[in-house]
Amino acid sequence: MIRSGFYLKGLLSVRSVDSPAIALGCSFLAIGALLKNIGFNFQQSVSSTFFTYALPGQLVMAESFLVGASLVNIFIAVWLVNARLFPMAVSMFPLLKSKKQPKWKYYISCHFLAVSSWLIMKKDYRTINENYRIDFWMGIGTATWSIAIFSTILGYLVSDYLSKDMMIGLAIVNPVYFFCMLLGSMKNIAIGTSVILGTILGPVFYLTSPEWCILYGGVTAGIIAFFAGEFND
Amino acid sequence: MTDFSSNIILVIAVTSVATYLSRSLGVLFSERIDENSKIFRLFDCIAYSTLAALISKVIVFPAGDLGEASKITRLIVVFVCVTVFFIAKRNLVYPTVLSVILLTVLIKYI
Repeated sequence: MIRSGFYLKGLLSVRSVDSPAIALGCSFLAIGALLKNIGFNFQQSVSSTFFTYALPGQLVMAESFLVGASLVNIFIAVWLVNARLFPMAVSMFPLLKSKKQPKWKYYISCHFLAVSSWLIMKKDYRTINENYRIDFWMGIGTATWSIAIFSTILGYLVSDYLSKDMMIGLAIVNPVYFFCMLLGSMKNIAIGTSVILGTILGPVFYLTSPEWCILYGGVTAGIIAFFAGEFND
Repeated sequence: MTDFSSNIILVIAVTSVATYLSRSLGVLFSERIDENSKIFRLFDCIAYSTLAALISKVIVFPAGDLGEASKITRLIVVFVCVTVFFIAKRNLVYPTVLSVILLTVLIKYI
């Protein structure tokens, strides 16, 4: 079934002092408080992180719910903002493939796909035997997902004690942490160009198409970066 | 169960399905992709650039509480934190902690 040694190694990979646990925790703490403030009860707030586990999507859901958007509109808005998960999955799961592993592991563990877990896996996969990378990934995913759920619970419980300034302060942690992590992963021309162009084009496309800006900016920057990398090789 | 409660449950269900769809389609598509192929390298670039686009959009045009801080404040915080990240030899702890402190201080003055 699951090789416990590799699973535990993945589980423990978030305990380092510079792990994404802090950024992840701060963000989901804020989500827990936000969901309580817009009228979700305890079970609904926890379920939101348990079943969705995607911060931008949960934010869009909360905003759409507040303005009374229809279910179809919410579905499209969430799907658009979470569409980044598709290229993230395509660029990671081929690294975890093994004929010794059953397919169900891949389809269940894809729920753990998030920026934090993806960046850890991309950084560490070479150190793991390829037949057991999926078990290592399930360990990382369980750890980051559990942190998100625990932080949502904490955020819900302490929401009455969080001032507006504290909420704003918590909201900056996630973008700063992951932006630094992305800059740190610029190891070749293609990835470096992807990160720099994506950073510029995301907000640029927002001016013409707020809903599609992440997809337009990301895909355009990615294609240019890919060719830049190919010509450089 | 009230209408409000059942509405929230439906909203959570719809959000979860929309999110799982991207993840599972990615796994399905990746079954036929080799890690040494050009298509894998293309998706790698798109994944990194999409994340960068998302993060910069959150910083420049945020939704939620972060929008309460002015744009210049957010950009100063990010610029200082990135500088600290490189000065501290890519240590992630210093910029993360500094970002909260700096933003909390700056929103009182800018």
